[in-house]
Amino acid sequence: MPQTIASPGLEIRRDGERAVIALAGEWTLDHGRRLERLAEQLPVSLGEVRRAVLDISGIQRLDTLGARLIDQLSHELGSEGVSVEITHARREHAILLEAVRARTAVVTRPPRSWLIEILADIGRTVVFAGQDLVRGVSFIGEVVIAIGRALIRPQRFRWAALINQLEQIAFRGAPIIILITFLVGCIVAQQGIFQLRRFGATAFVVDLVGIITLRELALLLCAIMVAGRSGSAFTAEIGSMKMREEIDALRVMGLNPVDVLVVPRILALIIAMPILTFLASMAGLFGAGLTAWFYGGIAPETFVARLQSVINYRHFSVGLIKAPFMAIVIGAIACIEGMNVKGSAESLGQQVTASVVKAIFMVIVVDGLFAMFFASIRF
Amino acid sequence: MPDATPPLAAPDTATLPKPIIQVRDLVVGFGDKIILDGLSLDVMAGEILGFVGGSGTGKSVLTRTILGLIEKRAGHISVFGQDLDEMPDAERRKLEKRWGVMFQHGALFSSLTVAQNIQVPMREYLDLSPAMMNDLAALKIQMVGLKSDAGEKYPSELSGGMIKRAALARALALDPEIVFLDEPTSGLDPIGAAEFDILIRTLQQTLGLTVFMVTHDLDSLASACDRIAALADRKVVAVGSLSEMVASPHPWVKSYFRGERALARLKG
Repeated sequence: MPQTIASPGLEIRRDGERAVIALAGEWTLDHGRRLERLAEQLPVSLGEVRRAVLDISGIQRLDTLGARLIDQLSHELGSEGVSVEITHARREHAILLEAVRARTAVVTRPPRSWLIEILADIGRTVVFAGQDLVRGVSFIGEVVIAIGRALIRPQRFRWAALINQLEQIAFRGAPIIILITFLVGCIVAQQGIFQLRRFGATAFVVDLVGIITLRELALLLCAIMVAGRSGSAFTAEIGSMKMREEIDALRVMGLNPVDVLVVPRILALIIAMPILTFLASMAGLFGAGLTAWFYGGIAPETFVARLQSVINYRHFSVGLIKAPFMAIVIGAIACIEGMNVKGSAESLGQQVTASVVKAIFMVIVVDGLFAMFFASIRF
Repeated sequence: MPDATPPLAAPDTATLPKPIIQVRDLVVGFGDKIILDGLSLDVMAGEILGFVGGSGTGKSVLTRTILGLIEKRAGHISVFGQDLDEMPDAERRKLEKRWGVMFQHGALFSSLTVAQNIQVPMREYLDLSPAMMNDLAALKIQMVGLKSDAGEKYPSELSGGMIKRAALARALALDPEIVFLDEPTSGLDPIGAAEFDILIRTLQQTLGLTVFMVTHDLDSLASACDRIAALADRKVVAVGSLSEMVASPHPWVKSYFRGERALARLKG
């Protein structure tokens, strides 16, 4: 084979029981699979040979792949009882071959059966779910103790952190939450009017939107938005601090991460959620009123008067009573997930997702429990 | 081109080592701050060049500019004799296969195991069977002196020294011709650092690498480097062997190589 051709090749010259195999060209990564195939076929085409001489003088370039293949080749031939000799190696090629030969054997894990993998996965998930529950309860206990500490020694409480969180959660979150509940108020009123009109009961739309907004809608929309906006932020903040060992740094300075990071956030949520729920209720009712006026032909005076007669303080307070509980649920889940972040970027993403999904799910579960509770006490 | 260009293109270039990286009159700055001003440097094929300079003088900035991670204001950089600015994108991709970079903090992908980290560039650029890729990854892991079970580990499970070694293994994944090392021995204990120097030497000889090494470590400079370039006053103020460095009249180079620590080190 002429020296000018760069692509790898090999040539076999047979001489009785002895074969001279001349390797040539570039034995490099660029020729990847072609080289692999070349090396695979060689022992087959050799047939009945007792001695093989690998003449590598024709190799123009050699890298770890080429060296590895040559090494594997001589091993393979050796195991078939062929004595192998590598000749005419350039100095730098000889060094590389030697370096590759020194390291042998790859450890590969035996693949497990998919059935066992699935079963193991299910088992793991169940165990984790149980652990989640236990950890959640103990975490809330920790937070309560930390809040107690803050009450006993308020001068050590981190007011700046609390105010900062309040700004992030309530002040910056208010516009989007108001907008969303306003729109949903409009939509619910429009649907209500559209359906009730057939029975000539358009006026009842006021009862419908009044009760549903104050008792459920404003709070749920708020909680979902807060879980998405602030819960995810908590998890990401605490999680990235965990990844970069900042949490450990706090601990060794004698600072309790729960005091420093968790309590201000959860307290801020507990304060912000009722405020946001109130704003959301008002925005929802306003949207409903506008729709009733323009779409349903209910004058604003009529709307307000009817609202006054159907809605009492109880409907209004149900939403606000639930708000702090939702705050605790969202805050606790977000902070726990943040603390669960491991070293990798992927784990951070997983925990943030888990935080939002679990928070929204738990908010709805807790809301359902409250609905049963209020129904049974006829509140 | 200004006259400052060293007379490298002498008639007997064939016998001289060829510069594999050529930097000419480089200017780099951020905002109104100029970091490098009129810097020129040659890295010869097959050498280990140690690049020293005070903290914050722009050692990493030069590396990152050569790699194309930072825009330059003026000047020319050519690698393998090709000017980086005049290179079409496709050529540039090819070039990137021919160099490997080890970042100061490893920059291993945290969601992949060490073996998967090494296979990232292999998967991207090479046509290899999965078995061969595993084999090569394991080989690289052993070549940089890690135990073979390190391949299954995630970066967060590794010690500082292991991260450095894993990062070097990834930099070597495509068998590059040039390797950039950003402070390879920082954060290692003296024994680990010495081992690392030997490792770089060995790999350089086995794989025929050209190594561009940013470092603070006097031991590395003394034991691993063929030549040293010193950065001060926004440009390269001295290039040469260790003894030439010690003899340099530049005040910063003087204080670096003839300070008490350095003298004690070089005598010992």
